[in-house]
Amino acid sequence: MSELELEVGLHVREGRRERPSAQEDVEYYVASQWRLMWWRFRRHRLAVVGGIVTIAFYLVVVFAEFLAPFSPEAYNGRYTYAPPQRLHLIDHTEDGIRIQPYVYDYKVEVDQVALRRTFSVDESAKHYLRFLAKAAPYELFGLIEMDVHLFGPVEEDAPMFLLGADRLGRDLLTHLIYGTRISMTIGLVGVALSLFLGILLGAISGYYGGSVDTLIQRVIEFVRSIPSVPLWLGLAAAVPLDWPPLRVYFMVTVILSLIGWTNLARAVRGRFLSLRTEDFVLAARLDGASQWRIIWRHMVPSFLSHIIASITLSIPFMIINETTLSFLGLGLRPPIISWGVLLQAAQNIRAVATAPWLLLPGGAVVTAVLALNFLGEGLRDAADPYG
Amino acid sequence: MIPTLFVISVVAFMVISLPPGDFVTSYVANLSSQGESVEAAVIEQMRERYGLDQPVYIQYLKWMRNILFEGDFGKSFVFRRPVTELIWQRLTLTLVLAFCTLVFTYSVALPVGVYSAAKQYSVGDYVATFLGFIGVAIPQFLLALVLMYVAFKYFDQSVIGLFSLEYREAAWSWGKVVDLLKHLWIPVIILGIAGTAMLIRIMRANLLDELHKPYVLTARAKGLSEGKLLFKYPVRVALNAYVSTAQYRVPEMINASTVISVVLSLPTTGPLLLEALMQQDMYLAGAFILLLSTLTIVGTLVSDIALAWVDPRIRYREV
Repeated sequence: MSELELEVGLHVREGRRERPSAQEDVEYYVASQWRLMWWRFRRHRLAVVGGIVTIAFYLVVVFAEFLAPFSPEAYNGRYTYAPPQRLHLIDHTEDGIRIQPYVYDYKVEVDQVALRRTFSVDESAKHYLRFLAKAAPYELFGLIEMDVHLFGPVEEDAPMFLLGADRLGRDLLTHLIYGTRISMTIGLVGVALSLFLGILLGAISGYYGGSVDTLIQRVIEFVRSIPSVPLWLGLAAAVPLDWPPLRVYFMVTVILSLIGWTNLARAVRGRFLSLRTEDFVLAARLDGASQWRIIWRHMVPSFLSHIIASITLSIPFMIINETTLSFLGLGLRPPIISWGVLLQAAQNIRAVATAPWLLLPGGAVVTAVLALNFLGEGLRDAADPYG
Repeated sequence: MIPTLFVISVVAFMVISLPPGDFVTSYVANLSSQGESVEAAVIEQMRERYGLDQPVYIQYLKWMRNILFEGDFGKSFVFRRPVTELIWQRLTLTLVLAFCTLVFTYSVALPVGVYSAAKQYSVGDYVATFLGFIGVAIPQFLLALVLMYVAFKYFDQSVIGLFSLEYREAAWSWGKVVDLLKHLWIPVIILGIAGTAMLIRIMRANLLDELHKPYVLTARAKGLSEGKLLFKYPVRVALNAYVSTAQYRVPEMINASTVISVVLSLPTTGPLLLEALMQQDMYLAGAFILLLSTLTIVGTLVSDIALAWVDPRIRYREV
């Protein structure tokens, strides 16, 4: 096993391989490589599920404004730490039963001594919900002005906290949806950056070999042998407090990818080393193809699928790292909303004890990481359809 | 190893002197936010006293010279005490924690991994695989938070810290050690879970590769009992790949313990390092980064030696 596989460690060799039946034989032998990969990928059911969940997450990223029932800035001091409401789907009225989702109102009691609000369900008041409700205006993709949200309360200012509210009475569901955008993209951007570093250095290292290779390998070993967390804590602490959110976001991604590129570099180098001696590379060289052409036209396509699999497996690490850094208060910070920033609210035991639903963004992290891991594993198995 | 340590010391110093401003600026900012003003002369005097007015490389050389020749890591600005007084106990506890976690990780992962491979696709295998995936997917601080909540809510117990109140400031005694062990298991489990999950997967995959090799078939054909067959060769071969990943466990352990310690407020290096970084207490932060990195390098070296000892092939391999 290669170092990378050991490191990521999730790889299982299945040992059994279904053979195509006699009728399918012809189809099997004429199928293109991508087609074979697709067949193989489809057999891995968890990977397919992981793929679907991942796509769903990225749809949330794209349509966050539309999916979130409220604006992320909206808050209501009356409902600080309001617990999640139960969503009722079927309404019993005098006229009979009809399907109409609603939530009950809160009964709020303020404890004058402790100044704490206690919430209970007020069954006398119902707030009906509807699809395509009008609420806070927004600009979809920053272009189209809209005020329709996927769903929301019929009366615009009715309290609806399906996942509860936070310290300032903001809707957790809305924040979770907006947090998805930041957390899922920071993984992508970070991986893109480390991919650039990884492919560049890995390719140089693997293609030229010799002393260049040795030097780059030493650098990689060095980066891997230092404990990264104390160092990135140090780097992250160096980000000034008065920077605009966007720049902080960018710096955090750079810090994350500075640590993350070594895995990809190793994978790319390994592929280059093994391909360098292949016959088709020699043939291309004898044909007088330039080095550039050999690398991009002949070598890269043959390990592209492996790289895609490695990328998919790197994103979850990025997500976990971002969450951890933000949770410690050294990564992203409000007004940026990410899963890590949301979890920061759950940092002390007292907050968690009064409002356990503040841990929900953690569920989103785990789901996303699991889905990406399954997807990545399926892709890796499919990457080599002849094996 | 020595060059690596040198590079690390430079990187550590660069990182801690990277933030704009220095301790004096954040100190002054702190004072002026409380409505007090500081005279420029006093500021200059403070800079001079802490040697902050000199160029960075002079500061670095001075810092290194004191560490190497006098074992002096400088003075903490915030605590106004020598750094050495503050760090040793925390470092020792970090080491104890890391060591216990390593022991835990390996002693759980090995049998479970072997079982998982030997009984592939059994219920136990699926359970182990599932737990393995979950273990990798949960960020450790989240696990710590959830555990803290569960312990608080259902067992009415606090899992914070490593010592009970009466032992917190007490000198070392037998009672304190027992108390430490009573508290230690929770962070050990939290820290160990991701590593264990990963090692189970590795062990299982490696052993499965071995189990399909002809020599296993031969042994079975010759009538060797299944138990003996399993442990005599395949497990031993699979063990090598398993040991060779140990060198990455050490940095991982240090990383994870830093984060967890902050959540569970353990008296290890994590929380103090974080505080030092936030307050730009550069010598304290620098000492931590330097020593943690040194520990990691030493740990990696030890695991390399262990690997060479376990697997004779390594000793003769070209590097």
